[in-house]
Amino acid sequence: MLHIVNKSPYEKSSLASCLSHALKGSAVLLIEDAVYAVTKGNAAEDTVRRALQDLPVYALGPDLEARGLAGAVIDGVKVVDYGGFVDLVAEHRTSQSWL
Amino acid sequence: MTQVAEAVERETQTRAVVKKFMYVNRKAPYGTIYALEGLEVALISAAFDQDVSLAFLDDGVYQLVKGQQTKGLEVKNFSPTYRALEGYDIEKLYVERESLAARGIREDQLLVPVQVVDAKEMAALMEQQDVIIGF
Repeated sequence: MLHIVNKSPYEKSSLASCLSHALKGSAVLLIEDAVYAVTKGNAAEDTVRRALQDLPVYALGPDLEARGLAGAVIDGVKVVDYGGFVDLVAEHRTSQSWL
Repeated sequence: MTQVAEAVERETQTRAVVKKFMYVNRKAPYGTIYALEGLEVALISAAFDQDVSLAFLDDGVYQLVKGQQTKGLEVKNFSPTYRALEGYDIEKLYVERESLAARGIREDQLLVPVQVVDAKEMAALMEQQDVIIGF
């Protein structure tokens, strides 16, 4: 399953909730305000690093760039463009958006 | 086969496809429109004879609390609709144990019979679905 999160980890519990339900074999894609979670030094960094031990974590490049944070992504997080977003959706049997 | 017969055949095959739909409710009622919209969408998909289940976690568990009174807000109290779901063959209501505990809500405070599951079981249920829509 592809889990998609679009909320800042400081505003909503969506990322935490997503990660506590993401099973091995699934992937997590962070878009919109959720990309703040994958920047170096942010309070959710440990959470993201722990997730990376079990799951691939992706972040949408255009959302990072728009927020001025494209150069501050945690190592191990893969940055994808819109085409990559589509590929991820196609590669997984289901997707789930955590609003 | 005539064109009409072919069309009927196609239609029959389309109707036979039953997918497992899960609606994941994570928002409290009234503060936003999500809870009501989720409920309406669940009812619509049940009308298409799909295999529907509802999951309630995080603030979504507040949707099922008994005794909601919305007169003072002058908005519709949609909570009785959860009790009508059975009539639409929606009988799979899963509520996450951790979310209830975090909010001090007991199962006997809920307005409809549910299956209380832990986060791990909930994750497994999500994995079994064909379509998952979050509200």
